[in-house]
Amino acid sequence: MSLFSIFKRKNSRQIAKDRLKILLISDRVNCSPEMMELIKNDIALVISKYMKIDTASMEIQISKTGNSGRNGKIMPVLYANIPILDLKN
Amino acid sequence: MSEVIVVTSGKGGVGKTTTSANVGTGLAEMGKSVVLIDADIGLRNLDVVMGLENRIVYNLVDVIEGSCRLKQALIKDKRHAGLFLMPAAQTRDKNCITPGQMIKLIDNLKTQFDYIILDCPAGIEQGFQNAIAGADHAVVVTTPEVSAIRDADRIIGLLEANEIKKIDLIINRLRSDLVRRGEMMTVEDVLDILGLPLLGIVPDDENVVIATNQGEPLVGKNSLAGQAFYNVCMRIEGKEVPFMDFGKNITIWTKVTNLFKRNLQEERV
Repeated sequence: MSLFSIFKRKNSRQIAKDRLKILLISDRVNCSPEMMELIKNDIALVISKYMKIDTASMEIQISKTGNSGRNGKIMPVLYANIPILDLKN
Repeated sequence: MSEVIVVTSGKGGVGKTTTSANVGTGLAEMGKSVVLIDADIGLRNLDVVMGLENRIVYNLVDVIEGSCRLKQALIKDKRHAGLFLMPAAQTRDKNCITPGQMIKLIDNLKTQFDYIILDCPAGIEQGFQNAIAGADHAVVVTTPEVSAIRDADRIIGLLEANEIKKIDLIINRLRSDLVRRGEMMTVEDVLDILGLPLLGIVPDDENVVIATNQGEPLVGKNSLAGQAFYNVCMRIEGKEVPFMDFGKNITIWTKVTNLFKRNLQEERV
């Protein structure tokens, strides 16, 4: 096990590079809170057309740990948590 | 046609002032007229690195406030005829001038100099805004470390938002021994992350410390960093110069010399 890990050990160059890539994704997509509020309101408006939702307790956030995209780069993901009060139609 | 270059980094201590001093001196050595502006109001250092700290009478804030004429605040360099320094005020703070005032000052200097080089303070506040206001070319200095690269990335975003069209990168303090061992990010790694055109690679060199102690920029002198800064100046002048090769080609000769160097360093310690 220990012998195996010697060969598998990542050098610190690779660690630094990986950490930076993740870090910069979250730094770069850092929207202002005002913009997040606008996005949230727009999403609520669209969903409200189809069902009754609890806009007060709804949450949205941009996550740093997204899935890998087509070119292998990690992509940020927008998560929305929207409680549904009534599914009409 | 004069060029206004701001040397910036975000993070402190990565070599902005050293780069400003050496690039300014190097361009002056090539026969250009150059003014170095220390935009770090309250924490001036460019005067010390240039060895001109004893000649300061007036400063940047004096000129902006009209307490003296522009010429009175320009300190002539000891060694180069075409090189001048405009020192920052030491007892004022960064908020005492505005970007508009800086643009006016720079427009004035443009009529007299080929190159105007601004040494930007660390950080992204008012001092940064003042320093980049009149610039048409930004040189971002970084070291191959996570914290410095992160800050550089933030600075690049702000420079783009302020519509500075030309942005280049200098990678400072590269240690080829660490790169070879895989314990430091390579030039390619940094370029891959930041995505800027490369203006220079400056190796970590003890001669920089010695030169700073003496108050004499080492550009063009017989040292790796001196040569690297000279190459940066050549590229600013539009000449194509190949980049020095670090991290590759470990010949037996470099191994032997490194062995001796290491022994010498240990002896010194």
